[in-house]
Amino acid sequence: MNSLPRAAELGLISCHTCGLTCRDTGGDDMACPRCGSALHRRKPDSYMRAWALLIAGFLLYIPANVLPIMRTASLNDIDDNTIISGVVELWVKGSPDLAVIVFTASIVVPMLKFLSLSVLLVTSQRGSGWARVQRAKIYRLVEFIGYWSMLDVFVVALLTALVRFGLLSLVEPLPGVIFFGLTVVLTMLASMSFDPRLIWDGRDTDD
Amino acid sequence: MGMAAPESLLICEHCDTVYQRRPLVRGEVARCARCMAELERHQGLSVNAMLALVLTAMIVFVQANMWPIVTLGLNGQFSGTTLWGMIITMWQQQAQVVSVLAAFTLFFFPLVKMLTLGWLLWFGRQGRRAPGFVPLMVALHRLGPWTMSEVFVLGALVAIVKAHNYFDVVADPGIYAYAALTLLITIFAGVDLRQLWDHTAERPA
Ligand SMILES: [Zn+2]
Ligand SMILES: [Zn+2]
Repeated sequence: MNSLPRAAELGLISCHTCGLTCRDTGGDDMACPRCGSALHRRKPDSYMRAWALLIAGFLLYIPANVLPIMRTASLNDIDDNTIISGVVELWVKGSPDLAVIVFTASIVVPMLKFLSLSVLLVTSQRGSGWARVQRAKIYRLVEFIGYWSMLDVFVVALLTALVRFGLLSLVEPLPGVIFFGLTVVLTMLASMSFDPRLIWDGRDTDD
Repeated sequence: MGMAAPESLLICEHCDTVYQRRPLVRGEVARCARCMAELERHQGLSVNAMLALVLTAMIVFVQANMWPIVTLGLNGQFSGTTLWGMIITMWQQQAQVVSVLAAFTLFFFPLVKMLTLGWLLWFGRQGRRAPGFVPLMVALHRLGPWTMSEVFVLGALVAIVKAHNYFDVVADPGIYAYAALTLLITIFAGVDLRQLWDHTAERPA
C-alpha cells in the first residue's frame, strides 16, 4: 500500500482535537503545538475503555428493556409501559411510521451499536483484514446515529411534564427510563473511545 | 513537543492515510481513498454568514426555551410545559439522572456552543483570534455530539402523537421555535469548525 502512505510510515501524527499534522518526535508526552492537546498515535487504551463502556452499557440495557419506563395513571386504571409496549401502542393507535422511528431509535440503534462495536473490537484486536472498508463505514454510521437513541427518554420526560391532571390523569417516569438514558450515554462514550484507525492497523503495519 | 509538519499535508482522521492537500471547488467533498471517509469539504459559508446563523440560532434558542412547547387539555383543564418545566418535573419525580441529561444536552451544552461560536466568529470576522481562542476551540471539539436539540424535536412530535389519543393537544410557539432551531443546526452540520484555525492569525487579539 505504498501509494497510500500512512502517518506512522512518514513519522507524522494527526492531532485528535484540532486536526493539525504534527511530526512524531518519538516521546510519550508530545503536545500539539497549535491547540496544546496531548498527541497520541492512537486513542489511549482504546480497546480497554471501549470494551468496559460497551459492557457496562449492555448490562444497563437489560433493565432498560425489562423494567417499565413510564406509568400512566387515570381514575380507573394504572398502566406501566416498557419501551416495547410504547412502540406497540403507537403502532395499534394508528401511527405505524412513528412506531418504526421509535423502534429504530430505542431498539435497532442500541443493538446495532452493541453488535457492530463488539465485531469492530474483536476484528481489530486480531488485526483482521476482513471487510475493512465496510467496518469503517459501520463505525461512522454508529457514530452518526448513536445519540438519536435518546428519543424515548425525551418522550417520557415531556409526557411526564405535560400530563399533570391530578387524579384524572398522571404520567410518572419509572426506573427503566433512567437505565435507558445511562445506556445511551455509555454506548456513546464507548464508540468515542474506539479508534477507527485500529481497523487499518495489523498485517501491513507494525504500530 | 510535537513539531508542526507542512500545512499542505492532510491526514485522514479515520485511517491515518496521508494526503497532499488540494484546493476544492464549490460543493466538492474530498474523500479518503482507503476508508472512504470525508477528508475535507469545500466551505461555502463565509465567516459572516456563519455569524449570522449563530446569532439567529441564539434568538430562536431563547424563544424555544421561554415559550411553552405543548399544552394538553382534558375536560376544560389545561396543562402546558416549557423545557425547564420538563427538567424540573423530572427532578421532582425521582428521575434526577434524566433531568440532568436533559438540562445539559438540551440547554447548557447548546448554549455554551452558541455563545462560544458567536464569540470566536465575532473576532474571526476581522481575521483575529478571540481571547481564549485555543481553550474555546478545544471545548467546542469536546462538546461535539452532546447537544441533542434535534432529537428533542422528534421526541416532542412522538409525545404529541401519543397524547393526542387521550387529550386535546395544542402545539405552542416553543415547538415551532425548536423546529426552526433544528433547521439551523442542520445547515450548520456541514460546517467544519476547524477551518477557524487556518482562518485566523497566529497572534491572539
Ligand atoms: Zn491540536
Ligand atoms: Zn481514511
